[in-house]
Amino acid sequence: MSSTEFEIVIGLEVHVQLKTKSKVFAHAAYHYGAEPNTLIDPVVLALPGALPVLNKAALTQAVRYGLLVGAEIPPVSKWDRKNYFYPDSPKNYQLSQKDFPITMGGEVEIELPGPARNIMGEHKVIRLHHAHLEEDVGKLSHATGGSLVDYNRAGAPLLEIVTEPDLRSADEAVALLNAIRMLLISAGIADCDMEKGQMRCDANVSVRPKGQKELNTRTEMKNLNSISGVKNAIEYEARRQIREVEAGRTIQQETRGWNAETGRTYTLRTKEDAHDYRYFPDPDLMPVKVSEEEKAQLKATLPERPYDRQRRYMEVFNLPFTVTSVFVPDRPLCEYFEAAVSEYPANSLGIANLIANDLLRDLAASGKASVDMFGEADASTVTAASLADCPIKPAQLAGLVKLTDEGVISKQQAKDVFTEMFSTGKDASVIVDEKGLRQSNDTGEIESIIKEVLAQPTSAKSIAEFKAGNEKALNALKGPVMKASKGKANPKLVDEIIRKLLG
Amino acid sequence: MSDSLSFKSVAELSSLLAAGKITSLELMQSCIDRISAVDGKIGAFLGFDQEDAIAQAKASDERRKNGKTLGPLDGIPVGLKDNISLAGQPLTCASKMLKSYVSPYDATVTARLRQAGAIVWGWLNMDEFAMGSTTENSACKKTCNPWDISRVPGGSSGGCAAAVSAGMTPLALGSDTGGSIRQPASYCGVVGMKPTYGRVSRYGVAAFASSLDQVGPLAHTVEDAALLLQAIAGADSHDGTALVNPVPDYLREMDSKKGPWKVGVPKEFFGDGLDSAVREQVQKAIEFYKKAGCTITEISLPETRYAVAAYYIIATAEASSNLARFDGIRYGHRSDKATDAVDVYSLSRAEGFGPEVKRRIILGTYVLTSGYYDAYYVRAQKIRTLIRDDFMRAFNDVDFILAPVSPTIAPKFGEKSNDLLALYLGDIYTIPVNLAGLPAISVPCGVAHEMPVSFQLIGKPLDEVTLFAAAREFEKAHDFVTRHPQL
Repeated sequence: MSSTEFEIVIGLEVHVQLKTKSKVFAHAAYHYGAEPNTLIDPVVLALPGALPVLNKAALTQAVRYGLLVGAEIPPVSKWDRKNYFYPDSPKNYQLSQKDFPITMGGEVEIELPGPARNIMGEHKVIRLHHAHLEEDVGKLSHATGGSLVDYNRAGAPLLEIVTEPDLRSADEAVALLNAIRMLLISAGIADCDMEKGQMRCDANVSVRPKGQKELNTRTEMKNLNSISGVKNAIEYEARRQIREVEAGRTIQQETRGWNAETGRTYTLRTKEDAHDYRYFPDPDLMPVKVSEEEKAQLKATLPERPYDRQRRYMEVFNLPFTVTSVFVPDRPLCEYFEAAVSEYPANSLGIANLIANDLLRDLAASGKASVDMFGEADASTVTAASLADCPIKPAQLAGLVKLTDEGVISKQQAKDVFTEMFSTGKDASVIVDEKGLRQSNDTGEIESIIKEVLAQPTSAKSIAEFKAGNEKALNALKGPVMKASKGKANPKLVDEIIRKLLG
Repeated sequence: MSDSLSFKSVAELSSLLAAGKITSLELMQSCIDRISAVDGKIGAFLGFDQEDAIAQAKASDERRKNGKTLGPLDGIPVGLKDNISLAGQPLTCASKMLKSYVSPYDATVTARLRQAGAIVWGWLNMDEFAMGSTTENSACKKTCNPWDISRVPGGSSGGCAAAVSAGMTPLALGSDTGGSIRQPASYCGVVGMKPTYGRVSRYGVAAFASSLDQVGPLAHTVEDAALLLQAIAGADSHDGTALVNPVPDYLREMDSKKGPWKVGVPKEFFGDGLDSAVREQVQKAIEFYKKAGCTITEISLPETRYAVAAYYIIATAEASSNLARFDGIRYGHRSDKATDAVDVYSLSRAEGFGPEVKRRIILGTYVLTSGYYDAYYVRAQKIRTLIRDDFMRAFNDVDFILAPVSPTIAPKFGEKSNDLLALYLGDIYTIPVNLAGLPAISVPCGVAHEMPVSFQLIGKPLDEVTLFAAAREFEKAHDFVTRHPQL
């Protein structure tokens, strides 16, 4: 066979549950993990006479999403009925949007994996086609002797984000999901926890010889509900299609499923079996108009986009990539950092390091947060709540860095002071005073301590070695000096004075 | 002539209650007695909860005793078409599908009537899921016309019209999708109104065709209808199509609306097919308004000739989707022969729905099918717009439109049920009004072939007041209010 080089073309449909108190067209509450069939009302169960009413909060979240990705918010948006029978769908039609979705276009910036964890990967912009606001369905579980339906999830607000076929690898697809997740979490639009079904994905995949412009026939893979599922299913499906093409067969347009156990995709239904959903405009829901004024108001509620923030942190605050990649997915953490920097702008890097290393470690140890930022199962973030509970406030943290920079305490002392701050919530300066830790910069006093140490017979060897050119021998002299000063002597001054006296 | 209290107008009953001459309990009891006496012959009620009705009446009397009467409807029984939810009571829609279904919640109209102190009671017979115009499509019961029990009461709100007409309840709430309040009201000689689309919340009213359905009153008098509408109209957080426009004080504004009016008479509504005896009675009504000083203008509504065709596409399309929820999964009839999910659907629906409902679901499914959607549904919607434009153009020149309600008097049982086309064409004068979303009131105006005949007044959007005022003027000059069927 020829060795044609193939290009994979992928478009995703990402379903995201929006964060709202109640369902998208019902007054019933919605949250994850409730007892089965407790988050229901006549509308959710589609009792006779029940009518949907649009939840303004869901609309607001959808519009905020649109503004965040730079999409167009069409002046009028409407809902259609997608008719099909399935036991998890109480009305046997889903309220969705066929031709007037809530947002059109837009784009998402993604980051591909870098060559190493501490090196930023390539960035790419993925175009979005549209997003529509629809309702989720219930959950079926099959037991012996029958099936059970839980309607709690039925009617949860679902935003379906449809991309253009701009993705060229499984890694890019994964990067897109991560980017969307980061965007939506940072703006409080969605939690995007794939394990809880708050983010789900269908992937459209086709292959073509490199250089070819037209798209080839694609297959759609449904319900890829984990990052590894998305990655593995796309990779498998692309390989399968390439094999087929190389064997001279044609790709059939079809819907396929992913079996994580066998690691294969399989035919769910072919084009001939495709549903006719008999879409028509829902007569119960009036079209919605979003005014320029509302858009402007909502725009003001949006945070800086994560990758924009990352660039700013690197350029303005000189933070290394590794630290920014810890901060940036986590808006409360970023806000904490920026609040601390605003108290003490002189050393943003010192503040960042203290947060990234010490604060997150202690928060995690105290069970307040997980620091596994890119763990696949759940991009846990330091929630706003746990930071609100944090015993060290941003200004206090900045105060500690400032005391250290001013030489009031040594870096080593700063570690102890930090631990004390975390357990007591006291200001660094208070702890320093209470414990008498204030660093001594009294050159006269330091000099007299040094003279005493140098005069001791045990120091003779080190003095001789240093004079012979062994720099390390100096440390053997500094130790007893620091000890004699009870750790208060400014190490920098100690170094200078010893050199002067021995020079 | 019966001495049933429920032949009296709400105004009369209200003053009797206020004066302490009767109690709500006595009024309720007289309705129940009347049912015992005549409903065996008529069959308007599918049933009622006597204990609950009596308890509501007693509660009203208690309020009155404590000076806490809630308004003119306090203590007045209002019967409900059996597609309007009443918490804790059966809701059958006259279908085998919902034979054992009990609604856990009140419709908005029911809740509002309770707030007004009215006694909400009874489940009144209808065509299954409101599909029909004779009540013959009820899977539960046959309802007869109180004026001639060999004739149908009309439909689909046949039980409502028959119950009010025969003095079993002074007021009833029906629903009108293509004439289902106005036509039975006409056949049974009572007043019926279909309000502007969106004037009354549909929440809790089992949907037939969502963009056409509207709840409205059936009553002995125009004022009674206005009082009932007053209690139920207005915006509703449970219905996004309910209009937010403030509800006028109908009785007060009616008094300030005086003629003479500019009356439009659409020539298309007086063509072939209109029974000459019916035509004669409607002509007399036109003469009345003329004599009262009104200007009578012949108008044309050319696009209404397509109304029936467009209606049977739009209404069935919506119905095919609205009725998909009756699947035997969560409630309603479930076939005991079903062994898998597909069987649960197909067998439960095959057993639960009657032939007319099935016919309309199939028709509606067909017109929405890809490939036919544009040819049927989209075109029907265009026609709908043209029909509304026709009406709105006419309203540039006239205050309201006067037309017959139905081409004929109430037919005999089975007379039309074998000729579906004739049956569907029977709604030719009422359907355009639903398609245009306009208010219309059906007012008794005479007798033809020894049966009652009504005309309808069709108004501008939200101009129910003018219709009430003009209808009352006619009503006051005639004695139809005092005529009741002999049973």
